[in-house]
Amino acid sequence: MINSYNFRFSEVYWCSNVPRTIALTGNEAAAWGARLSRVEVIAAYPITPQTQIVEKLSEWIEKGEFNAEFIRVESEHSAMAAVAGASAAGARTFTATSSHGFAYMYEMIAWVAGARLPVVMGVVNRFIGPPWNIWADWMDALSARDLGWIQIWASNNQEVLDSIIQAYKIAENKHVLLPVMVSLEGFVLSHTSEPVQIHDQELVDQFLPEYNPPHYVLNPEVSKPFAFGNILWPWDTVHLRWDMHKAMLNAKDTIKKTVKEYEELFGINHGDLIKEYETDGAEVVIVSMASIAETAENVAAELRKEGKRVGSLKVRFFRPFPSKEIVDVLKDKNKVIVVERDLSIGHDGILAMELRSVLHRYNTEIPVYSVSLGLGGDEILPEQIKKVVNKVI
Amino acid sequence: MSLKEIISKPDLLLRGHSACPGCPSTIALRMALKALGEKTILVIPASCSSVYQGVYPGVSFNVITYNVAFASAAAVASGIKRALTKKGYTDVNVVAWGGDGGLVDIGLATVSGAAERGEDIIVICYDNEAYMNTGIQRSGATPPGAWTTTTWAGKTEIKKPMPFILLDHGVRYVATTSVGYPIDIYNKVKKAASFRGEGLRYIHILAPDPPGWRFDSSLTIELGRLAVETGFWPLWEAEVIGGKIKFRLTPPSTTLIDPSKRVPLERFIEKQGRFRAMKEWHAEKLRQQMELYWELVRAFLSLSSGE
Repeated sequence: MINSYNFRFSEVYWCSNVPRTIALTGNEAAAWGARLSRVEVIAAYPITPQTQIVEKLSEWIEKGEFNAEFIRVESEHSAMAAVAGASAAGARTFTATSSHGFAYMYEMIAWVAGARLPVVMGVVNRFIGPPWNIWADWMDALSARDLGWIQIWASNNQEVLDSIIQAYKIAENKHVLLPVMVSLEGFVLSHTSEPVQIHDQELVDQFLPEYNPPHYVLNPEVSKPFAFGNILWPWDTVHLRWDMHKAMLNAKDTIKKTVKEYEELFGINHGDLIKEYETDGAEVVIVSMASIAETAENVAAELRKEGKRVGSLKVRFFRPFPSKEIVDVLKDKNKVIVVERDLSIGHDGILAMELRSVLHRYNTEIPVYSVSLGLGGDEILPEQIKKVVNKVI
Repeated sequence: MSLKEIISKPDLLLRGHSACPGCPSTIALRMALKALGEKTILVIPASCSSVYQGVYPGVSFNVITYNVAFASAAAVASGIKRALTKKGYTDVNVVAWGGDGGLVDIGLATVSGAAERGEDIIVICYDNEAYMNTGIQRSGATPPGAWTTTTWAGKTEIKKPMPFILLDHGVRYVATTSVGYPIDIYNKVKKAASFRGEGLRYIHILAPDPPGWRFDSSLTIELGRLAVETGFWPLWEAEVIGGKIKFRLTPPSTTLIDPSKRVPLERFIEKQGRFRAMKEWHAEKLRQQMELYWELVRAFLSLSSGE
């Protein structure tokens, strides 16, 4: 009885083509993001807590609801290798991983960026062991900070879905051509249901047309074959790296335009490079990323009620790093508190280090307090952040 | 097809590559590309082939060539093939071309995964029995007794029986060949290409390497032949059709199942500097390796004759 009801329900729900808001976990939202983006080749390997992304995509493909090639590879290294090949051959590609899987594919993560392939990857952030710990930690994605990937850090499940669609638009822009990873914290988002709007496919198609790159390298119809990625002398290699760097910096404009266009079509804006909350007139600003940024906003709202001038700044794009954008917000503030779910062992919180670096570059001497919380998935309570703010203020 | 006819086919390996004199890999690649034709995408993991093709922007391969990370060739080839299929290109050979390091050692899992998934690609290993590109370090394909820069006293273990491992995966076509027999290389690659659409096909080419095996660069072909004539490297091909294995020895290995027909192994050994410090127990281990390879051949032959 219950089964037949569920079956009918799902039939109606999948066939419908109108935008609808339903409860989705972060993983399901990521799968929907890939599906709405009409990815053509997916290669992935299962790892907790990313598994539901690949399960969902497999299910849709096998049911014939979604038309894509799914390469069920034997390792994460091969997952990224396979999407590298597919992307070079002109397909829109998607993969997703987490933690140890991320570490295992590290070589290919670097490769894809160097090859300037517009791959999009969901990273369900998780601690890298030992000890075995399957919970949220930012150490996986942040370890790839310098490889040339654009990094988006989502704060909620709607943002996961929207960021993946935006990611393709940004990555495939001919002035960018860099891969994008969209981070969602393990369990905090991946396994938590939230209301998520699934957009009308036609509207997404309008925003993100079919991927038909003029530049793809492995086109069997080229009249003159050439080699890709062969040996390059140091003096030429320097130019390639410089081009990557320029593309990453130029991506800021593309990101801002993309976010604006997205807002016009879908009425949703999660912020472009950064998102501000109550920063006007604030003395203290809490800077964070991912789900912590939403907690920080709530803390700021409560402290504002107590008459304390506290704001919140979310770093949505960790690469390209929003240096100027951050300084413009923080330059007249008294203190900055960075709350983050990572720790660079032997130094400091990674985001705090980045903040100090840009503030110093723009000659501002605002004190930056580094707070590493919630490592290995430990819960981050608003009271903890409030306590820090009250101590610093 | 005669050698003359094969030679007259367009050469897709151009002049000006930077391989060593007597390089077996270029001989094998020249023949393989003649068999594969222009509609071929080569996927090349770190290897001598990624070096001797030339420094950007010069390149000596006249087919689309995609250089990739060491352990990734078969997976990248899988991705390329799937994307091309999705885009409607069905007449392209996607070929992972690598050495024993890239395919037998670090890339084995990748080859195995692609084989198990039935990816429609050709994997060709040119096996020079060590990491030659990095300076002759021991690999899983190095035979017992061989000197390398990481086995100064001679390797102690036998050569990984890679082509049999691939045959155990049940892939459509597996063949061994040797640089001593360029026409055999051509024919087997041609045959592998003819099974396009039927899953992964694997060819393992023994590639005697002058700098690594320590012999004069004029002797590449001779060593490639002695390896086969002595029974060190049996030549065979196998087709898997509907769960049945059709395994057969190919000339000149056809008669060599009888050890008395083989050229004495010493003739192969004495021409190579790498075996100079070989001890008697190394030689015994090498004989055991040969025995194991022929035992596997006999086992697969008996499976095939059951039809």
